[in-house]
Amino acid sequence: MPQIAQLATTYSSQIFWLLVFFGLVFFVVGRGMVPKVMATVDSRDKQIAADLAAADAARKAADAQEEAWRTQASRQRAEAQALIATAKAEAAKAAEVRLVEANRAIDARLAEAEARIAAARAGALDEIETVAAEAAGDIVSRLAGLAVDQDAARVAVKELLHG
Amino acid sequence: MAEGKVDPVHQFTIEPLFGTDHLALAGYNIAFTNSALWMAITALVLVVFVGGGAKQAQVPGRWQMAVESFTGFVDDLLRSNIGANGRKYLPYVFSLFMFILFANVLGLLPLALIGLHPFTPTSHFTVTGVLAIMSFSIVLIVGFAKHGFHFFSLFVPHGTPALMIPIIFPIELISFMVRPFSLGLRLFVAMMAGHVLLEVLSGFVISGTNGGALTFGIAALPSFLLMIGICALELLVAGIQAYVFALLTCVYLNDAENLH
Repeated sequence: MPQIAQLATTYSSQIFWLLVFFGLVFFVVGRGMVPKVMATVDSRDKQIAADLAAADAARKAADAQEEAWRTQASRQRAEAQALIATAKAEAAKAAEVRLVEANRAIDARLAEAEARIAAARAGALDEIETVAAEAAGDIVSRLAGLAVDQDAARVAVKELLHG
Repeated sequence: MAEGKVDPVHQFTIEPLFGTDHLALAGYNIAFTNSALWMAITALVLVVFVGGGAKQAQVPGRWQMAVESFTGFVDDLLRSNIGANGRKYLPYVFSLFMFILFANVLGLLPLALIGLHPFTPTSHFTVTGVLAIMSFSIVLIVGFAKHGFHFFSLFVPHGTPALMIPIIFPIELISFMVRPFSLGLRLFVAMMAGHVLLEVLSGFVISGTNGGALTFGIAALPSFLLMIGICALELLVAGIQAYVFALLTCVYLNDAENLH
């Protein structure tokens, strides 16, 4: 086994060159490069953490804004509903008032028209009585050759007409 | 090496390269060997890999993602074992984990196909032992610097009756002192065993194929199929052993940092 057979002649060289090259690795790589690499890793981790925190804050702000917008929108909607409701109520009331007025006007005209009709009918009946009385007087004078008094004829016709 | 025979441990032989056999520092031989070469390649690949991912882009590319997943993995390991205080050990544990991982994986690459001979430095206990002693020393230094002599209370678990302390203390102390050995040996043994197994099986494939159609059918072919599966297993072991080394370092550092 060369490790033991050559021990006496090679140990010093082995130890010397190991210390040289491991020392080189330790000072150049371990002390020189590794801290730089770790600093990069650490700064990147920090950056990522900060970015995540910023993104989280932005998300929270957006959520709050959305919430505010939502409450505002719902409030405005409620206001609009209330406005519509009052407008509807007012319109209904106005319509009712106008309907009542129109009804009243129609009733008045109806009553007037009925009164006119009644007057016309009464006038017509009077005329019929007069005509009937004259006709009755004429008929009597023609048939019987009697001269009937105009007033008597009228009374007779009235009695006949009105029972 | 005889014809058709494969020496399964020859791959661990250390050979000086570039004529540096007698290079010495303060009387100690420091020849630049194949082991040192592969440690250098590991370090170079690691620098290129992590350097390519250290672009510091806020939106990472694929390469940067790969590097960041490794640093994040080690960082999670430290955080889950030590807590928020674990960050300061990241450079060391990351270097340790990546160095072992890259050394393990580079040693498994089939680079022999293009004439290179991969060598796994982590299959030598001289290498894993130094890494283990380094981790253990850091634990000791941190422990004593942070808690002083109070660090010895680590060897007396909570709720130990006073009568039991003389027995528990040595047991805990021994289990603590064994840590660097178990840490280093575990990695060395796992790496070496896998490589030896692959080499032995490849020896079966070579001699079975040379032995004719019958031995090819009963020995070489099954061994070859087994090698494919074991290669996948070895890739897994390469990752797991690096992870275990880093994990245990974290667990030991937690003892020193938080003391129970």
